[in-house]
Amino acid sequence: MRVALFLTCVNDTLYPDTGRAVVKLLTRLGVEVDFPMAQTCCGQAHYNTGYRHQAEPLARHFSDVFGGYDAIVTPSGSCGAMVRELYPRMGERARAEGRGDGLATTLAPVVPKTYELTEFLVDVLGVTDVGAYYPHTVTYHPTCHGLRSLGLGGRPYQLLKAVKGLELKELPGAEECCGFGGTFAVKNSDVSAAMGADKVRNAASTGAEVLCAADNSCLMHIGGTMARLSTGMRPVHIAEILASTEEEPAV
Amino acid sequence: MSGTFVGMPAFPVAAKEAVGNPTLRGNLRHATHTIRAKRAKAVEEVSDWAELREAGKRIKDHTLRHLDRYLVQLEESVRAAGGTVHWAADADEANRIVTRLVQETGESEVVKVKSMATQEIGLNEALEAAGIRAYETDLAELIVQLGKDRPSHILVPAIHRNRGEIRDIFRAEMSEWGRPAPDGLTDTPAELAEAARLHLREKFLRAKVGVSGANFMVAETGTLVVVESEGNGRMCLTLPETLISVVGIEKTVPTWRDLEVFLQTLPRSSTAERMNPYTSTWTGTTDGDGPRVFHLVLLDNGRTDTLADEVGRQALRCIRCSACLNVCPVYERAGGHAYGSVYPGPIGAILSPQLRGTGSEIDASLPYASSLCGACYEVCPVAIDIPEVLVHLRERVVQGGPVVREGNRVVLKPAKGHAAERAAMRAAGWAFGRPGALRAGQRVASRSRRWHPRTLPGPGRAWSGTRELPAVPAEPFRDWWQRTQDGKGDAK
Repeated sequence: MRVALFLTCVNDTLYPDTGRAVVKLLTRLGVEVDFPMAQTCCGQAHYNTGYRHQAEPLARHFSDVFGGYDAIVTPSGSCGAMVRELYPRMGERARAEGRGDGLATTLAPVVPKTYELTEFLVDVLGVTDVGAYYPHTVTYHPTCHGLRSLGLGGRPYQLLKAVKGLELKELPGAEECCGFGGTFAVKNSDVSAAMGADKVRNAASTGAEVLCAADNSCLMHIGGTMARLSTGMRPVHIAEILASTEEEPAV
Repeated sequence: MSGTFVGMPAFPVAAKEAVGNPTLRGNLRHATHTIRAKRAKAVEEVSDWAELREAGKRIKDHTLRHLDRYLVQLEESVRAAGGTVHWAADADEANRIVTRLVQETGESEVVKVKSMATQEIGLNEALEAAGIRAYETDLAELIVQLGKDRPSHILVPAIHRNRGEIRDIFRAEMSEWGRPAPDGLTDTPAELAEAARLHLREKFLRAKVGVSGANFMVAETGTLVVVESEGNGRMCLTLPETLISVVGIEKTVPTWRDLEVFLQTLPRSSTAERMNPYTSTWTGTTDGDGPRVFHLVLLDNGRTDTLADEVGRQALRCIRCSACLNVCPVYERAGGHAYGSVYPGPIGAILSPQLRGTGSEIDASLPYASSLCGACYEVCPVAIDIPEVLVHLRERVVQGGPVVREGNRVVLKPAKGHAAERAAMRAAGWAFGRPGALRAGQRVASRSRRWHPRTLPGPGRAWSGTRELPAVPAEPFRDWWQRTQDGKGDAK
């Protein structure tokens, strides 16, 4: 199986540790991972802000880069949802605008092959115990797109519960949005900050050392709020927890 | 829609005030979380909820697709049952029709059933200008009216008020409108309800004209339906001699059988009740029972234009249950007034800019009043994909494009104030189209990281005011990959 890592532009630029963790984890599980160097961005920021036509070339580029792989794995629920849920919709809209089936046909091959990381582990590889060791108390925030667009459901919890040494704390109001929402965080900054502060307060109430999620964009917002509110908690991507072992523990 | 909201500032400005008001935040948080939890339980009890949701969606879509046919059928049925049908293209026309109908009775006051449509057109203000006093009889609407306030929730218009505030309003204002509040009124729910009951009863028994909306209109029989909790609506529907119902054209359903679906999904979604306490239906006039005269005013007011938009039209499926408001994290913090419309929350953010157009500052800002978390879509009993419509309307705001306004095809220009964003999106699109350019940018960011500011200028200040910026790493992932895993990747 030829598996490609779609790291996303945010992770590539700001969170390379997450990318290294995914490579380490998948390699440990016997998967050969490629990182196609031509990859850039799925176009989600453009699409969600109202620039659908500018997202189209990025979606085409994504299909060009990843179309030849058997599976495309991404450690981002929202970018995964962009491909799986919104690429088909972009194709439909182009068709409705009288531009034919071109875009839909171009994008169709990558849609069913794109998996969010926890989905790939549980559904494709069929593992829930990835042999990880992480001696910390952790609470899990199910990000909106992972939860509602991709329907990740219990998968991340199954994976975390199987991690040795990890104590999982239930997050009150887990399913409520953290307030990031891409450009929403800037356009509606006051509401976004209030949502972030509530999320961080709920997380702090669990007493966990770490808040973990499957999307670094949300963690960037939550972590930035945690630092400002001085909670002493850390945001950590789930890939880094699952990649951590007794021989090579993550901090 | 009503002129009462003209001049509202953009949503982020209006929301800022609510976010900074701890009493309001507390009231909203308490109310929305309580009803949210109750609703989830009420829905869980129904084993075929998913099927009911799909059925509701289909009935609404079918009716909207053939609305022309069903409206004609409805008109014929209402006439056959002894009612009179009036067509109103917009708010002004509807207000003129209702004002004239009231004037023809010779009365100068009316009692009202809670109605979103009459709020949408600003009927109370229009009647007042003609010297007619309209009394709201729904408890929450009464609180809003006495408090010279605006509703902030579709179902619980006074959700932003707590009991203490309500007691103060009753004590100060009831006497101006009729029977005063009892001496020594406290803030216990029973006492507040009794004060409202005494105050309203006088009005019910005196009124000769009633004004209502409707939750549904059944085309096959010309029957109108109101679903409510208090029974005040039923008083307005049955006691007066003349009944005038103002209803949006999208409230039509083809048959009585279709009600079966909505009478299950609406109460559970809205008040978390298995069944609402009062379901009133009325068909024309009947000798010796109920009003002697019945008028139905069918309101368009932007609905036909909305119907012309193939993505946005799904907003017309809305049955006004307000489940989306109660679950929305943005509504919970910003409150209903920030939306500048009688339809607040997620549904308001897609309905108002369609009914009114995106010309005003508030309407152009509403599609952005969401983090696109999708909770609204998940709870919607008629499966309106609100995030999809929000993004569609954002596109309309930033790119312009063809729309139908007042029946004519027009091409909208992009809204002002998005030039910098458009340029940034174009620049990002350019760089993302060229992996080499992206990589060069990443390297510059990594190598200059020691000099990165802790706070951002311009629009970025909105971020760094409340959140630490992420530190840029020493090496982007792709450089690490090439350095350590070279040869494995596709290095084109």
